[in-house]
Amino acid sequence: MRTTLADERVLMKHGAGGRAMRRLIEEVMTVGLAEGLKPGDLGLNAMDDGAAIRIGDRWLVMTTDSHVVQPIFFPGGDIGRLAVSGTVNDLSMMGATEVLGLTCAVVIEEGFSRADLIRIQQSMRSAAIEANAPIVTGDTKVMGRGELDGILLNTTGVAITEHVVTDAGLRPGDHILLTGAIANHGFAVMTARHSLQLEGNLVSDVAPLNGLIRNVLAAGGRHVVAMKDPTRGGVSSALHEMAAKANVTIVLEEAAVPVTDEARAVSELLGIDPLHVANEGKAVIGVRPSVANAVLNALRAHPLGRDAAIVGRVVEGRPCVVLDTGVGRRLLVEPEGEPLPRIC
Amino acid sequence: MCLGVPGRIVAIDGLVAVVDFWGMRREVRLELVDQSVAVGDYILNHVGYAIRRIPESDIQGTLDLYEQLLREAGGGDLMAADVRAELAASERQRVDGKNNGR
Amino acid sequence: MAGDPLKFRDPARARALTSALERVTADIGREVSVMHVCGSHEQAIARFGLRATFPKDLNVIMGPGCPVCITDVPEIDEAIALARQGVHIATYGDMLRVPGSSRSLADAQAEGGRIHVVYSIRQALDLARTLQDQVVFFATGFETTAVTTAAVILGEVPGNFSVLSAHKYIPPVMEIVAEMPGTRVEGFLAAGHAAAITGWGIFEAFVKEHDIPVVVAGFEPLDILAGLLRLVELVRDGDRVVVNAFPRCVTRDGNLRAQDQLWKVFRPIGGRWRGIAHVPNGNLRLRDEWAHVDARKRFRIDLATVWDQAPPTLAHQCICGDIMAGISSPNDCPLFGHACLPDSPVGACMVSSEGTCRIWHQYGGGGPNLSTYGAMCEVRR
Repeated sequence: MRTTLADERVLMKHGAGGRAMRRLIEEVMTVGLAEGLKPGDLGLNAMDDGAAIRIGDRWLVMTTDSHVVQPIFFPGGDIGRLAVSGTVNDLSMMGATEVLGLTCAVVIEEGFSRADLIRIQQSMRSAAIEANAPIVTGDTKVMGRGELDGILLNTTGVAITEHVVTDAGLRPGDHILLTGAIANHGFAVMTARHSLQLEGNLVSDVAPLNGLIRNVLAAGGRHVVAMKDPTRGGVSSALHEMAAKANVTIVLEEAAVPVTDEARAVSELLGIDPLHVANEGKAVIGVRPSVANAVLNALRAHPLGRDAAIVGRVVEGRPCVVLDTGVGRRLLVEPEGEPLPRIC
Repeated sequence: MCLGVPGRIVAIDGLVAVVDFWGMRREVRLELVDQSVAVGDYILNHVGYAIRRIPESDIQGTLDLYEQLLREAGGGDLMAADVRAELAASERQRVDGKNNGR
Repeated sequence: MAGDPLKFRDPARARALTSALERVTADIGREVSVMHVCGSHEQAIARFGLRATFPKDLNVIMGPGCPVCITDVPEIDEAIALARQGVHIATYGDMLRVPGSSRSLADAQAEGGRIHVVYSIRQALDLARTLQDQVVFFATGFETTAVTTAAVILGEVPGNFSVLSAHKYIPPVMEIVAEMPGTRVEGFLAAGHAAAITGWGIFEAFVKEHDIPVVVAGFEPLDILAGLLRLVELVRDGDRVVVNAFPRCVTRDGNLRAQDQLWKVFRPIGGRWRGIAHVPNGNLRLRDEWAHVDARKRFRIDLATVWDQAPPTLAHQCICGDIMAGISSPNDCPLFGHACLPDSPVGACMVSSEGTCRIWHQYGGGGPNLSTYGAMCEVRR
């Protein structure tokens, strides 16, 4: 096979959450790191939202995330809220909703506005209070002007849980739920970043979900069998991973997927599928059919889950996602790299 | 190429119109459209330019055209009656219920 | 309301149209092949999953209607060479990953080239106004997009802005397809938005000369299904006419104001389309009066600078041309799915979201039997 640039250099697509990123992680980042875990522990080999290490009859769940979003302040949130929510949500997706503590490491570019830094810190603080997830330790570094784009935030979260929920637990017959309207975060950031000159009420959905997920687990218990937050790569990436890990086909009904009018407008104008666009306050949940309605009701009773819906079903078949468009059927693709506005 | 999405004009300032697409607003240039346009008109947008004004009456006209096509394609057989019944049923459904998030 | 295209995506009407399409195709009683020449039609068909609902005996072939795919290698190389000469290049997003003779614009960007993705030529203008350096707009796309380039050139343009025109004109390529020996195409579905500009009258001579019916169709699922239904009826009944199935946007004469601007700025010349030998009048280049904004006149473009890497060794095995002309399918290509993938494309058809190979790789060709999922797609709300 011919050598491509991708073989020699890291490109933007390797950070976009799709197939290219997964391959980089598999082929480079996680090589040789599986040793040192005890059998039964979930580490890098599982490639889940976090790691889970057995302690007695409970699990210690850990996750880490770096945040480099531009613009730093976007409609509906900022990098601070994003950092806290992202890490709290990764823990929640593993079933760990009671957060012991968060870390916050920050690398700041020389010249960064102190007022902006204060704003970000306040945002982190209120998100941490919202999630009842204290920030307990951190680190601060400064790099020279031009050596970094503004600010980089890294957060690590630690929690303890009795029961771990992976993203690999689906089996034929299960239902797939979405906790609300999708694509708002990615489109809000995209319209702010690319100066697409679109005016409207598109705001990011960034929010910590542990309260919502606590209710989901209370309603569904062990019958909540798979969870994932559809961040980079969108719902499509999340579903593809869940299908691949469980070796099942997921059938998704496009008409059931909640999308706001504004997100639909941006989708049509830019030619980008909302299913490929990042969310920072949503979850994809797989449940046994017996608890589907109970979990749906629990979601809708919570402010962050009002627009929740059952959107798909798991069937036997090779790992893939089939989309029923209402007027036809096709395979849902995995996003390749960063979604680019088409000639539109 | 792009699908060319229809939108509704909400304001006009010289050669620039502000157009609404499902609640998102965007500026669209008017150098190319060959009919005079006014606030409230629908236009077909392509890469930031209006290329056609879409008369609202023509929308229903197109739908009528499709239904006529269906009648003619069905001929006189019983299937055509089923098709018409299905169409009528779906009209009622649209009035009765709404999809999530729409 | 025009603002509610969901009306044109109504599942019940779609089912009715599909049933009718089955009946009319069955009336013909054999395989029928029709062609569309618009990337947006293929994109819409793929996006809505319409192929899973077409009758078995109906082949809806995608012709050379993907503007990304038919942009020729030297044209990509020109843009890359300019980038390497230090010029800012503004380009539509789809063109970023198309391979030139040694690399793509994305590769050039990773190597330090100043490439900017824009969604409108006006964004390129704004970019030029904020910079001192030269900005070249890489003008790709068919006539529907070319008219917007023309409108800009006829207006006020900053001194550091120029246009590298790789625009194409579709009607001549329909002639080529119709005249190809061994062509099985019995009808054409014409692009509604191009026809909104050019009018449907331009197809009358074509239909008379080649004895092949043409239906002008829009891009919503109902538009496409109704257009195909009408087209197959015309094939069945032997009617060699042009039918306008997109009356809300298309008239016989089209948009005369836009046409006027188009031909004031551009002249059609013969040239190569990627993969398809010579298309008479298929390329649009700036007329001499506009030499002052023509990047080809403003700069000396040295293509040798992009030949510093050996060309991809597999390029000569690429059959994109035949695929775009509708003669072969991606499965006929030795590279498809093995050496040629979306991540490592050899031909343009694999790069573009509207390229046949790309669409086949993602949506079909080896996928599950999608009709069996019909019954499984009833989900409780």
